[in-house]
Amino acid sequence: MKVLVPVKRVLDYNLKVRVKPDGSGVDLSNLKMSINPFCEIAIEEAVRMKEGGGGHAKDAATEVVAVSIGPEQAQETLRNALAIGADRGILVKADGDVEPLAVAKILKAVIEAEKPDLVILGKQAIDDDSNATGQMLAALLDWPQATFASKIVLHAGKATVTREVDGGLQTLDVELPAIVTTDLRLNEPRYASLPNIMKAKKKPIDVKTPADFGVDTSPRIKVLKTAEPAKRSGGIKVKSAAELVGKLKEAGVL
Amino acid sequence: MAVLVIAEHDNASIKDATNKVVSAAKAMGGDVDVLVAGSNAGAAAAEAAKIEGVRKVLHADGATLAKQMAEPLEALIVPLMSGYDAVLFPASTTGKNAAPRVAAKLDVNQLSGVIGVESADTFVRPIYAGNAIVTVQDGQAKKVLTVQPTAFKAAGSGGSASVETIAAPGGPFKSAFVSEEMAKSDRPELTAAKRVVSGGRALGSSEEFHKVLDPLADKLGAAVGASRAAVDAGYAPNDYQVGQTGKVVAPELYVAIGISGAIQHLAGMKDSKVIVAINKDEEAPIFQVADYGLVGDYKTLVPELMDELTKAGV
Repeated sequence: MKVLVPVKRVLDYNLKVRVKPDGSGVDLSNLKMSINPFCEIAIEEAVRMKEGGGGHAKDAATEVVAVSIGPEQAQETLRNALAIGADRGILVKADGDVEPLAVAKILKAVIEAEKPDLVILGKQAIDDDSNATGQMLAALLDWPQATFASKIVLHAGKATVTREVDGGLQTLDVELPAIVTTDLRLNEPRYASLPNIMKAKKKPIDVKTPADFGVDTSPRIKVLKTAEPAKRSGGIKVKSAAELVGKLKEAGVL
Repeated sequence: MAVLVIAEHDNASIKDATNKVVSAAKAMGGDVDVLVAGSNAGAAAAEAAKIEGVRKVLHADGATLAKQMAEPLEALIVPLMSGYDAVLFPASTTGKNAAPRVAAKLDVNQLSGVIGVESADTFVRPIYAGNAIVTVQDGQAKKVLTVQPTAFKAAGSGGSASVETIAAPGGPFKSAFVSEEMAKSDRPELTAAKRVVSGGRALGSSEEFHKVLDPLADKLGAAVGASRAAVDAGYAPNDYQVGQTGKVVAPELYVAIGISGAIQHLAGMKDSKVIVAINKDEEAPIFQVADYGLVGDYKTLVPELMDELTKAGV
């Protein structure tokens, strides 16, 4: 079984987000960029399907292909995926923000060429928080989907996926090929070892452009401005539970 | 201009999120219809017809819609869009699951987690876990939005719209429901609760988490939430998680106990009307957003708070 995992290069999740003073966007200059955490979980799951582990039989996956759509530097994100254990990478070089629909269209073309049995994506990227690409891709391919996965069990021709939904967990069977998107608790990604980081440098990365797939990546949505969120002004410290209850009564919330 | 709102419901009744998304739709101007897609959901459809400002309720009923899964919802909604300029889903797991499929089939990009409607084509939404807010113009022929319900006031329930029955999609579909495991609780649902009591990693164990929070929640008639740290540590179940990657809540009263206040958590609760923080670290970031902060050990402060609430007749 071949597994394809799209990965996105985003601002490292530990860094503070700064809005540019002129409101033209978020300042990313000279800041550390990393693999989107949900995408890292997707790669980890695919690699476990190959190595065995996390409830998967060894060699359940025979090949893991990582794909990234982004600038030249997204090669580093792919190398990160290769260091975790993906076999090869495909970089679709595109500068600027590429919206989820265009990403889904590029991925559809990649999938038609690669013919994977399973595609695992992060449920959302932590930059634009769209939570849309996986579902869009499933619709474009007319494939079934299981989003927000916390557990994947593979069977012949289908996958049983447990999903994190409002109020609890839901389990679905999806026929393969299918799209699965990862939630936080699917697995805990490994730290890539130094030998694997070195090995990853030798793994192949194919470089393509959106034009190779006939996809127009010009944005459909116009961003008028980017602002800091409204600051909530801190209140007061109260000295005792009695004073707190008094204040809450005054505020009319009891 | 006509806008279709996808109802959040459990077949028996309409969730308050629906009324809130209707308000967002009304802010766009034009006619607002509501789609109730479910199985034996007649009662929910009748309830949707009472939401103020709704022109018409479309009610699709069938076995394929029982769990409101993404593929049948796509099959149902895409053809309906010939009659609408926009479709608004609540940003629930059901809405987030289905909306992008509809958008892709309509060949449009989706706007996710909308928190403000400035006009029929201009919207406000958070990015970077709420650390930046963008105003965007969507000039596409059809608009597909998921709407953060807590950002809008619920539409009232004095309406009397007509209910039109439409056919449910037949299938077959390539995904099948197997089972579900829903948390059972007599407490209000987290995202709809007027009061929320939330605990963090400082609680130290699952037993302590419930021992401290459950009685306080019961006293206040509150839902129980948790920080991601507490969930990851196994003190509270996944569906308790309040934060950008969990649930976004905006109750009248939010009580944070032993929660330091990571950005991730604040993004999920900072729109609450009144925030109370109890934490022994007076430098904890939670105090920067709390209206009332109480510095000290929750082990003594929570029982004191219980006593004071009793004295105050709560």
